Amino acid sequence: MDTFRIGSGAGYSGDRIDPARELAERGRLHALVFECLAERTIALAQLRRIRDPGAGFDPLLEERMRSVLPACVMQGTTVITNMGAANPQGAGEAVIRVARALGLPRLRVAVVTGDDVLPWMQANDVPLMDSDQTVRSLDGRLVSANAYLGADALLPALRAQADVVVTGRVADPALFLAPLMHRFGWRADDWPRLGQGIVAGHLLECAAQVSGGYIADPGYVDVPGLDAVGFPLAEVRADGSFVITKLDDTGGRVDRLTCTAQLLYELEDPARYLQPDVVADFSGVTLRELAPGRVSVSGGSGGPRPEQLKVSLGYRDGFIGEGQISYAGPGARMRGELALAVLERRMEKAGLAGCEHRAELIGVNAMHGPLRGADREPYEVRLRLAVRVDTRAQAERIGQEVEALYLNGPAGGGGVTMSTREVIAVASALVPRDAVQPQCRILEL
Amino acid sequence: MKIRDIALARSGDKGDRATLSVIAYDLADFARLDQALTVERVRAHYRGVVRGAIERYPLPHLGAVHFVLHEALDGGVTRSLALDAHGKTLSGAILDLPLEPEPG
Repeated sequence: MDTFRIGSGAGYSGDRIDPARELAERGRLHALVFECLAERTIALAQLRRIRDPGAGFDPLLEERMRSVLPACVMQGTTVITNMGAANPQGAGEAVIRVARALGLPRLRVAVVTGDDVLPWMQANDVPLMDSDQTVRSLDGRLVSANAYLGADALLPALRAQADVVVTGRVADPALFLAPLMHRFGWRADDWPRLGQGIVAGHLLECAAQVSGGYIADPGYVDVPGLDAVGFPLAEVRADGSFVITKLDDTGGRVDRLTCTAQLLYELEDPARYLQPDVVADFSGVTLRELAPGRVSVSGGSGGPRPEQLKVSLGYRDGFIGEGQISYAGPGARMRGELALAVLERRMEKAGLAGCEHRAELIGVNAMHGPLRGADREPYEVRLRLAVRVDTRAQAERIGQEVEALYLNGPAGGGGVTMSTREVIAVASALVPRDAVQPQCRILEL
Repeated sequence: MKIRDIALARSGDKGDRATLSVIAYDLADFARLDQALTVERVRAHYRGVVRGAIERYPLPHLGAVHFVLHEALDGGVTRSLALDAHGKTLSGAILDLPLEPEPG
């Protein structure tokens, strides 16, 4: 049967590269997708680009391309990625440079842009989602505004027979849906088919999270060869049904449990998963274990796409100052609690008493609040104080006060760390489709 | 017996909302999971962490009960002061919930 083999080469910007290389070399893939943009990655990339106009794309782009391009070009595997982040054009040029250095005979790179809607957002005051404020409330603090493009924005690049497609903000599953639409000629209003394609994209977009990563719990869920966990691939048929699997000789596992955990991951209403191309319906998805390491997936559906596109807005939101110190042995927790009380009074004297903060003991109450775990006496605790303040100087003061617990706090504190960081927060808004004009530019080696 | 004896859990983030999926190892255990994981019990288990509404989606054919926990992430990943800003560890807490309500 004629199937389209599509693999996942990354589930986030810092993901492991060896499993992607293995898939590229031995997966007999038609397409290899690298999903590398978390919610605020673009805003952070935009800040890098302001400092250096040549930067602003994924820092691992070149290393990833060096690892997979030789195999992908030889086998005709199309590479698709959002590693362009805040600078897709710069990323495209970097891919050409890598190809030249590798001595590849030829390469066609498509750069897809149009997600950047910062000027529109600055000119049109629209409401922020999950808030009673509008975009204007972020005036002067706004760093970036990127619309989530759909698979439709990537189709011109695939029609132009690009070997590598580089873009910025595109809905994660759409990176996988686009080559399926292109290969099988699915219409842009074939909602059930597009919904099933989104199921494939959703299962693959976090890479190892469907093939044995992030599920091991010794004695309950055991995962063979977790150190060498392989990345997943899907064998997709023209009707959209597909099999999730991985290379046989890699670590990890693919079965009903791994697929269910990933199917539901970060999903809200399973019957209404809003995507730029379709409102996908996962509620009827069925999973069938065909053989060890092979799960058949069908039953995804969908309805008409939303009228507007979602936009991620990155904005400056003050600074966070943080300090940590450990206490161990008998009475560790009491000494940690005394240190927190001391810090509280010192914060008051420094005029920082009213600031939003977390004061906690790692090992007691840092994860799930005061009501869970606080009844046990731990051998060691780690005090953590994190405070949101307006200036970098105030943020540095937090770490200094924690460090000063060495000479001016309870007995036996050790291992101080401190940090200061500017907060880039993310808000969401909606934009009319006609305000977003995707473009595709071809670069040739 | 606890949830951990019949199911695994995974959590994720969406803005200030955490998602929590609890999945039975054996599809046949869905009914026990469905019975144990009422909104009321989940709310009580996450008191002090989840401040908003709780949506519940039972998915018998997947052997899973899926939740959306509102106002659970300290304002959301990108501005939270929490060590685990994504709320990834929230999944661990539910494994400790007894399958049967404790007497009294």
